[in-house]
Amino acid sequence: MTGPYSCCSCIVFVHSVSVDLNNDASLVIDIPDALCERDKVKFTVHTKTTLSSFQKPEYSVQRQHEDFIWLHDTIVETEEYAGLIIPPAPPKPDFEGPREKMHKLGEGESSMTKEEYAKMKQELEAEYLAVFKKTVQVHEVFLQRLSSHPMFRKDRNFQIFLEYDQDLTVRRKNAKEMFGGFFKNMVKSADEVLISGVKEVDEFFEQEKNFLLDYSSKIKDATAKAEKMTRSHKNVADDYNHISGALNNIAADNNTAFKKHLEKCAEVFEKLRVSISKVEDRMASDQELKLTELLRYYTRDIQAAKDLLYRRARALADYENSNKALDKARLKGKDVAQAEENQKQCLQKFDKLSESGKKELTSFKARRVVAFRKNLIEMTELEIKHAKNSVSLLQGSIEVLKSN
Amino acid sequence: ERPKNGCPPTFTIQPDRTGEDLQGGMAEDPQIQTHGCIRSKGGDGMNAYMAYKVSTQTSLTMFHSKTFTVRRRFSDFLGLYEKLSEKHLQNGYIVPPPPEKSILGMTKVKVGKEDPSSAEFVERRRAALERYLQRVVSHPSLLQDPDVREFLEKEELPRAVSTQALSGAGFLKMLNKATDAVSKMTIKMNEQDVWFDEKIQDVENEEQHMRKLHVMVESLVNHRKELSGNTAVFAKSVAMLGSSEDNTALSRALSQLAEVEDRIEQLHQEQAANDFFTFSELLADYIRLLGAVKGCFDQRMKAWQRWQDAENMLQKKREVEAKLLWANKPDKLQQAKDEIAEWEAKVTQYEREFERISATVRKEVIRFDKEKARDFKRQIIKYLESLLNSQQQLIKYWEAFLPEAKAIA
Repeated sequence: MTGPYSCCSCIVFVHSVSVDLNNDASLVIDIPDALCERDKVKFTVHTKTTLSSFQKPEYSVQRQHEDFIWLHDTIVETEEYAGLIIPPAPPKPDFEGPREKMHKLGEGESSMTKEEYAKMKQELEAEYLAVFKKTVQVHEVFLQRLSSHPMFRKDRNFQIFLEYDQDLTVRRKNAKEMFGGFFKNMVKSADEVLISGVKEVDEFFEQEKNFLLDYSSKIKDATAKAEKMTRSHKNVADDYNHISGALNNIAADNNTAFKKHLEKCAEVFEKLRVSISKVEDRMASDQELKLTELLRYYTRDIQAAKDLLYRRARALADYENSNKALDKARLKGKDVAQAEENQKQCLQKFDKLSESGKKELTSFKARRVVAFRKNLIEMTELEIKHAKNSVSLLQGSIEVLKSN
Repeated sequence: ERPKNGCPPTFTIQPDRTGEDLQGGMAEDPQIQTHGCIRSKGGDGMNAYMAYKVSTQTSLTMFHSKTFTVRRRFSDFLGLYEKLSEKHLQNGYIVPPPPEKSILGMTKVKVGKEDPSSAEFVERRRAALERYLQRVVSHPSLLQDPDVREFLEKEELPRAVSTQALSGAGFLKMLNKATDAVSKMTIKMNEQDVWFDEKIQDVENEEQHMRKLHVMVESLVNHRKELSGNTAVFAKSVAMLGSSEDNTALSRALSQLAEVEDRIEQLHQEQAANDFFTFSELLADYIRLLGAVKGCFDQRMKAWQRWQDAENMLQKKREVEAKLLWANKPDKLQQAKDEIAEWEAKVTQYEREFERISATVRKEVIRFDKEKARDFKRQIIKYLESLLNSQQQLIKYWEAFLPEAKAIA
C-alpha cells in the first residue's frame, strides 16, 4: 500500500478516563499507551497489584485485540460465571474511516498546494488519534470491569492475561480447539422469546425483565441516532475546513484590488479556520466520545444483562423439565433416585443463578447511573468550553474585520 | 443629467449620507425593501401571480416623497433589466442581472402547495429581488435612469411582455460569447490594454474561485440541514430513553437533555438559513455579476471591432482612390473621395466611442471592485456575528443543563 501511512506507527499516551473502576488499590489496571502498526493495535497493559496470587507486584505486557476477545470468550464459557453479568467484549478497532480519507488524500495530493496538503494531513492524524483514544478507552474499561469484580478478578485466565510476558497467540489457538465455541451460539438463539416466555414468580425478575427488554430497544435506537447526528456534525466541520481553505486562496490570489480592500483578510480567514472548523470538529468528537460511546457501551452492557436473564430462564426451563422427568420416573417406578438428584441439582443451579443474578442486576443499575452522570457532566463541560473558545475567537475576528 | 454624445455621464446627485450605520459605513440612500408576497385576486392555478411590495425610503429630491410603496410582479423586474441593458450595456456599464427564472419553483407556489419548500422559494426570491434593486439604485448612473424612478414610484406599470430572452440559459449564452470576443483581441495598443487584459484574467480567476466556493457553501447548507434533522430525531430518541429509564433523577436528566437537543436543532436550522442567505446567495449573486462584468468587456471589444473594421474599410477606400488615380477615371474619383471622407468621419467617431467606452468600463470595474469588497466584508461580518450569537446561545443551553446532570444520583 502506497501513501503517507504505508507503515503507520504512532504511539498514543492516554490517561485513564474511567476513574470509578480503579478505586481498589489491590489490583489496578490501566492501558498507558498503545502502538499502531499497520493494521494491528498493540496495547500496553499495565498492572499494579498487592494480591498474593500474583508472582510480581507490577506487570507490563503487550496485548492485541484478539487476546481480549479470547479472555472474554473463556469467561463467557465458564459455567461458574453463569449468574454474573459478563462485561461486554470491546469492539474491534475500526480505522476504516480515517484510513479511507488518508487514501483519498494520497490520491488528491497532486491537486493541492503544499500548505493545503499539510493541513489536511494534520486533520487526518487528529482523526486517527480520536479513533485511537476510543479504542484504548473501551479496552481499558473491559479489563477494569474484570479487576473490580470480586469473582472475575480471581479468574485464572485473567491472571494469565495480565502476567504472561510472551505472546498469547499460541494459547488462544489452543483454547479455541478446546471450547469449540458452542456455548456462544446457544446464547444468541431466541433469547428474547425464552426470556419473555418464562412464567415469572419473582417480582424483582419480572420487573427487571420488562425494564431490560424495553430499555434495550430504546438504547439501541438512541445509539444509532446519536451516530447519525455525530456524522452530520463532522460533515459540517469538514465543510468549514474546505471553505476556509478556499477563502484563503481567494485572498492570497494576486488580485490587487481585492487585496487592497481586504488587507487583513488572509490572517482573519486563517483564524476562522481555527475558530469555526476546528471547534465544530472538537464539539462533534467530544460529543461522540462522551455521549455516543456511552450509549454504545451500555447497549452492549444491557445485552450482557439480558444474557444473564437468558441463562437464568434456561436454568428455570431445565428445572421445570427435571420436575416433569421426576414425575414420569415416579409413575414408571424407574430411575427415581437419579431423577431426584437431577431435580435437586437443577433447583440448586437455578437458585444460585437467581441469587447472584439479583446482586448483579442491582449493582448494574447503580453502575449505569454513575456512568451516565459522569459522562453527561463531562460532555456538557466540554461543550461549554469549546463554545466559549469559539466565542472569543469569533469576537476577535469580527473586531479585526470591523477595524479596517 | 442625460449623457451627452461622446462624453461619459456625470452624476450630479451624490448618495446622501443619511447617517452612519452600525458598522461605521454609509447608509444606503435610497434604501429598498421588498416584503410581502400576495397572490393576485381572482387568479387561480397557473394564472395566479405573485406580487411583491417594493418600499423605498429616500431623502433624494428627485423622488416625489420620502417613503413610498408599490406592487411589482417578477416579470416587472425582468422588464426593468431589459430596458436598462438595452440602453446602458452598449456604453460599457455593468448592469446588475436580475434573479433567475425558475419554472419549477414557481409552479409549485402557484398551484398553492403550502409546503416549507415553496415558502422557502418565495423567501429566496423576495430577498434576491431586494438585493437586485438595491444594487441598481446604488449605481449612480442607473439611478438617474427614468425607468428606474418609474419602477420605484409609479402605481401601475405597463406589463412587460418580451422577457423570454432573459432566462438563465439565454443570459449564459450571451456571456459565453463575450469571452470568445475578448480572446480575439490580439493587437496590444498601449498600456491601457494591459490593464484590461489583466483585469479580464482577474475576473476569470475570481469567477472560478467563487464557483468552487459556492459549491462548498451549498454542501455546508445541506449538511447543516441534515444535522438539524438528525438532531431532532436524536432528541426524540433520548426522550424515549428517558421515559424508559427507571432511575428517577437520570430519567429527568435525559428528558432535559432531549429538550436541550431540541433547542440546538432550532439553532442549527437558523444557522442553515444564515449559511444560505448571507453566504451562499452572496456568492451566487457575484457569480452572476462577474458574468455581467465580462459582458461589459465584451461591449468594449465590440466597440474596438467596429473601430478596426472602419479603419480597414477606410484603408480599402484609400486603395480604391489610389487605383482610380492611376487609371485616371475622374468621374468615379469624386465618389471615392466622398466615401473616404465618410469613413474618416466614422473612424474618428468609433475611435472616440471606443475611448469613451474604455473609460467607462474602467471606472465601472473599479467601482465594482470597491463595492464587491465592501459587500463581502459586510456579509462576512454579518455571518460571523450570527455564528457568534449561535455559540452564545449554545453556552446558555448547556450551562442550564449542567446542574441537571449533576443532580443525577
